[in-house]
Amino acid sequence: MTVVERPRLAHVGRPVARRDAGEKLRGQAQFVGDLVLRRMLQGKVLRSPLAHARVVSIDTRAAEEMPGVACVLTGADTADLDPYWGHAIKDRPIVALDRVRFAGEPVAAVAAEDEATATAAVNAIEVEYEELPVVGTVDDAIAPDATLLHEGPVRPGLFHGLGELPPRDGNVCYRYAIGRGEPESHFARAELVVEGEYTFPAVYQYAMETHTVVAHVERDELTVWSTCQHPFLVRAELADLFAVPLANVRLIVPYLGGGFGSKSYTKMEPLTVALARKARRPVRIQNTVDESMVTTRRHGMNCRMRTAMTGDGRLLAREVDCWFDTGAYADNGPRVTATGGDAAPGPYRWDAYRVDARCVYTNTSPAGSYRAFGATHLQWIGESQIDELARRAGLDPLDVRRENLCRPGEELRAGGKPLDADLVGDVEQVAAVIGWGEPKREHVGRGVSVGLLAAGAHPVSTAIVRLEADGQVTVLVGTTEVGQGPRTAFAQIAAEELGVDVERVTVRGADTRFTPYDRSTGASRSTTIAGLAVQRAAIHVREQLEGIAGHAGLDAATYPDLFRQHFGLAGGELIGRGGVAPTGSGSYAEGPVFWEVCVGAAEVELEPETGMVHVRRTATAADVGRAINPQLVERQDEGATLQGLGNALFEEMVFEDGLLLNDSLLEYRVPSFEDLPDEMTCVIVENEDGPGPYGAKGCGEGALAAIPAAVVNALADAGVPMNELPLTPERVWRRIQTLKEEGTWPR
Amino acid sequence: MTVELRLNGKEIRDEVAPERLLLDYLREDHGLTGAKRSCEVQVCGTCTVLVDGLPVSSCCTIVADVDGRDVLTIEGFADLPEFERFERAFVDHAALQCGFCTGGMLLTIKSLLDGDELTNVGEIRRCLAGNICRCTGYRGIVEAVAELAGVVA
Repeated sequence: MTVVERPRLAHVGRPVARRDAGEKLRGQAQFVGDLVLRRMLQGKVLRSPLAHARVVSIDTRAAEEMPGVACVLTGADTADLDPYWGHAIKDRPIVALDRVRFAGEPVAAVAAEDEATATAAVNAIEVEYEELPVVGTVDDAIAPDATLLHEGPVRPGLFHGLGELPPRDGNVCYRYAIGRGEPESHFARAELVVEGEYTFPAVYQYAMETHTVVAHVERDELTVWSTCQHPFLVRAELADLFAVPLANVRLIVPYLGGGFGSKSYTKMEPLTVALARKARRPVRIQNTVDESMVTTRRHGMNCRMRTAMTGDGRLLAREVDCWFDTGAYADNGPRVTATGGDAAPGPYRWDAYRVDARCVYTNTSPAGSYRAFGATHLQWIGESQIDELARRAGLDPLDVRRENLCRPGEELRAGGKPLDADLVGDVEQVAAVIGWGEPKREHVGRGVSVGLLAAGAHPVSTAIVRLEADGQVTVLVGTTEVGQGPRTAFAQIAAEELGVDVERVTVRGADTRFTPYDRSTGASRSTTIAGLAVQRAAIHVREQLEGIAGHAGLDAATYPDLFRQHFGLAGGELIGRGGVAPTGSGSYAEGPVFWEVCVGAAEVELEPETGMVHVRRTATAADVGRAINPQLVERQDEGATLQGLGNALFEEMVFEDGLLLNDSLLEYRVPSFEDLPDEMTCVIVENEDGPGPYGAKGCGEGALAAIPAAVVNALADAGVPMNELPLTPERVWRRIQTLKEEGTWPR
Repeated sequence: MTVELRLNGKEIRDEVAPERLLLDYLREDHGLTGAKRSCEVQVCGTCTVLVDGLPVSSCCTIVADVDGRDVLTIEGFADLPEFERFERAFVDHAALQCGFCTGGMLLTIKSLLDGDELTNVGEIRRCLAGNICRCTGYRGIVEAVAELAGVVA
């Protein structure tokens, strides 16, 4: 290990207290749902009860005549627009036109003086449907005679970022295929081959704050307060949809009550704007939890995978076919599918591999982003095959990884970013934390997992830093504070570069009228890319100060004097601008900006009589290049670990004939305090190998992909290999009964 | 109907509809938006307020049922002198992220500490299971509460 001599930094690398803690702890932090505008109406949405139907007629008369109802919106009200939207594929109307494709699809919306009236009016709308065949699953959707959900040519959205979209193939809306060499020849002669079929469930992100939008339309100006992660992308989609200039759309984003990808891209904004446009008054739509569940979710996925290895532990080849269930509309499905395809081989030195990933329409609610998408879907499958091969070869799974993992600088995908992390070092550290190699009690198993997530998204961010005459600093940047802590990290970066106390720096959220362009808050990109823009903007201010002083090495105490010297009075301000733009084309193929490391380990204890899996210990590697705030890094990994445990052990949206059966928190369980592992460790790895400020790269998603894979491997180590998530007691118990019948339990 | 209650230490008399929910009453009639709406089925705890010192889901409680009682919201709690040590513990342990669950979480913890119910970490985990936090992974909160309760995390 090389010892890196680090420059002494005053604020970066320290556990600085969250800048937003005071407001949030005292109940003063403002969220979209707390906003009250004069004359604001409450909006309610009539949603389809059917998964697939033709809309024959809508009778809104009774609803419109109710006292307190301002207006009722239907598809007819969007006739003056091209009403189709979708950042990847423009495949969904603002409100249903002649057909509904999932249970929960908006069919009409009401704006009324209060919520009770709006709800009563929604119930008074009469809709006549003609039922159509329901394409409930991926298997139904790819059957040769399947009913097609969408017809006509694919219309690319503004932000799919995947080059030229191929034509739709039946219900397959996107396909991502990568490969190298001839896998078939390796499988024909390999000593060890593991193959299987696997399923991953649909999952609800459950941001505790549901999707909420307030919209106000005045002439051709749209003002929108939204729970959105990507204000500038939503702005662009709204400008496109309502045919107004970009600058006429103003997105304002206060604090968000969690996101995890569920608030990425455009969600409830088009409908709320259309309703406000008709009502000619401000309108708020606040989803209930069951509505947010059908607004977006994680993709369910079916997968066939096989992996070949030599008898002495050299990995040879892998083949992967997978089908992502994107529901009735593409949402972020194409990107999820591509990222899943990239994660499928795993970061190993293959002689050959082939991956074919498809994104498939079904009559279920649309699926989009959820933290560590793609990687979470595929990593547990690939890593369980590595462990099974190791078991059959009589090798230590950790040794197989040491032998085969790519090293820093090696190519992972032709034309893409080479590996920028020490994966062997990472996995050795997490294995050590959970006691790898130590004796185990009966029914205890241990597992590790290693993977990568294509992260960073599109590297375009801009920041403005304003230094006031009183020495206060304001950072304007479009990053959304979803809870992950960018306002604190950015304050540390600006304070570092300007030599001021962190308390002097205020970081504001996005108001697209004033904050400069930032692509998005997602893909673990904010600290790395927006953070670099903030650093450059702060340096730009410092350079101006140094120009005024005529020398470098300034003390912040001299800033007021420099202001007086430069402006001739006790006023004025210095404005710094910083930007990040792609070095190449910025295409998905050239990316990612960095590979996010997904390395974890778990120790589980199985109760064979009940199928209960108790997670005793977890460890994750936060391979962050440089931790701007180590405490926030740790908390990110811990949050992702708990979500990973939920995904692995019990979270599952259950659909039957396209209908969601468990649409409340009573029936859809998320992890509580009682699901904490006995020990949960985050190992922070700082090799300063990231493209961000001070060598930083993103974190916070990797653990969510790593933990389910580590838990699956630990359970297999305890004797129960599984090919279906989540690992509910019933599923695990049934698997044990099958193993008993096969004579492989106990092992 | 008329209700009389003590809200954050102040005597209040209000006319409310019989079916008026406590959460809506606090947020809309009194601008106390620290209590948040989320699950609406008493699972998540974001709407928690204290009624006569005990945690209650305000999304499933009608105002009529707090007639004559003492209601404390996060805004009222934040004004009490004892709040400072809660704030310090949560800041030191970075026990919050998005902040949406935080108010309800703090009120539940206050109630449990007032009742001397948190005698070890196992009790902390069990007693707080009615408050969901989707962001933090809970560890920071457990550490903060252990410090407040004077038990070993």
